[in-house]
Amino acid sequence: MIIQTKSDILSSEITPKEVFDDRRRFLQQAGFGLLAGATGLLASPSFATSGNLPAQYKAGKPLLKLPDFTKSKYGTGEKLTSFEDITTYNNYYEFGTSKNEPTVHSKLFKPVPWTVSIEGQVKKNKTISIEDILKLAPLEERIYRMRCVEGWSMVIPWVGFPLAQLIKWAEPNSNAKYVEFVSLADTQQMPGVNLPILDWPYTEGLRMDEAMNPLTIMAVGLYGEALPNQNGAPMRLVVPWKYGFKGAKAIVKIRFTDKMPMTTWMKAGPAEYGFYANVNPQVDHPRWTQSSEKRIGAGLFAGRIKTQMFNGYTEQVGQMYAGMDLRKNY
Amino acid sequence: MPAWIYEKTIRLQLLSFIGKVPDRKLVARLKLAIFLLCLIPLLRLFWLAFHDDLTANPVEFVERSTGYWSLFMLLSTLSLSPIRLMTGRSWQLQYRRMLGLFMFFYACLHVMAYLWLDYAFDWSDIFKDIVKHPYVLVGASAFMLTLPLAITSNNAMIRLLRERWKQLHKLVYVIAILAVVHFLWLVKKDLREPMLYAAILVLLLAIRIYYRAARRKA
Repeated sequence: MIIQTKSDILSSEITPKEVFDDRRRFLQQAGFGLLAGATGLLASPSFATSGNLPAQYKAGKPLLKLPDFTKSKYGTGEKLTSFEDITTYNNYYEFGTSKNEPTVHSKLFKPVPWTVSIEGQVKKNKTISIEDILKLAPLEERIYRMRCVEGWSMVIPWVGFPLAQLIKWAEPNSNAKYVEFVSLADTQQMPGVNLPILDWPYTEGLRMDEAMNPLTIMAVGLYGEALPNQNGAPMRLVVPWKYGFKGAKAIVKIRFTDKMPMTTWMKAGPAEYGFYANVNPQVDHPRWTQSSEKRIGAGLFAGRIKTQMFNGYTEQVGQMYAGMDLRKNY
Repeated sequence: MPAWIYEKTIRLQLLSFIGKVPDRKLVARLKLAIFLLCLIPLLRLFWLAFHDDLTANPVEFVERSTGYWSLFMLLSTLSLSPIRLMTGRSWQLQYRRMLGLFMFFYACLHVMAYLWLDYAFDWSDIFKDIVKHPYVLVGASAFMLTLPLAITSNNAMIRLLRERWKQLHKLVYVIAILAVVHFLWLVKKDLREPMLYAAILVLLLAIRIYYRAARRKA
């Protein structure tokens, strides 16, 4: 007689089929990679996939349904970077260090269900679901310039809400001087997290006044739709006067602190990346020219454009840094 | 299958195992084949450019691609001598000059992409970029060192310079080290790819050092 016992593994713990298949595909590719790597061909960007990705890798139907949003006064008057470029050229090391890897490797990422925990110097610790976050404040479209520390830039129509609204709900106490943002680091869903390239989880931070500035938003959408996975779904930080790496993606934890938090890139290269990371054409980076930038989508022969102080947002944010030595506080 | 194809195929296979010297005709044909193969990366760039498929950042793509292929040609050039040292075969050395010149060719395209596509010949910005950023300085130095080698790559120069030509062309080792350092310093955090090329270079140099030491002992 066969006695059937109930499996003690929850069905939710069994690897979903698409993840399983994806891992098989990953292993097959890795096998091929060894072969090609031996001839020194694969690892090169010249042999990596080019711009137009296969159709199945283009941003699929977003899982999260965004409520209606309004257009806001924030717009740059500049030509928007195309959706294709914004969603195929990403720095998101959790999904790989090449610009095109996040698009491919984030395809099966699940941005729902999602909860964000609020911790540290707050009235009391709490958690909130992404659905409830969307109800905290009316959504608006914000068209912002995004300047990467590597010397390129985009113009992106985000959909989001002021971070200040979320902070108000979080109820920080009077000791809260800084806000720390922690991204998801899921070895199952994020292949890059298995490599010790950065000190995971990705952590970023802002001073309280920076976090409360009306320009600072939590973005949940892009081009009117829910945020694609490769751009930081379901919710990411956008601080338009700072270099792009300040914008932590896939945020799972917000911690209020009395001391300046240590960020991932500060740990990775203290001489190269500071806490403030304000866009500043006068303060050069050891690797890249910061006085000018390349606008993505401008084409092969467009040359460079001048980088603006605070990425062109001096009027809104300049007063926060009055009297500070921005050469030291880079 | 016609008998001559069969015969040629067998001959090619044998070549790789016992190091039989190919006749001049085969050497010339292989040379043409390698020449055409070396042009593929350039044709590919034109193809991708024509189809607007150079990624969201086409300038970076062209810079990376030409830089990579220049390094590839450089490492290929440097791999011919180790093959001789290890197998005693030397006919492959006849392709060294062509591969070296392809290294120079892709390096020129790389520098042009930088000066023209990236900086639109803005000399003051270019000067600042070279002076301020170590990886650019190292790359620029490597390129400057390739110039005398390219200029003296013809037979007349070899006859004219004799022993000094040999000395001069040892610069290729300096260039190779600078090129790999250029790549290492350019990368932000993920060093896997430049480390692979650094490892290949170390291997190619180590084989030379090993055989030189063995010869001294003998």
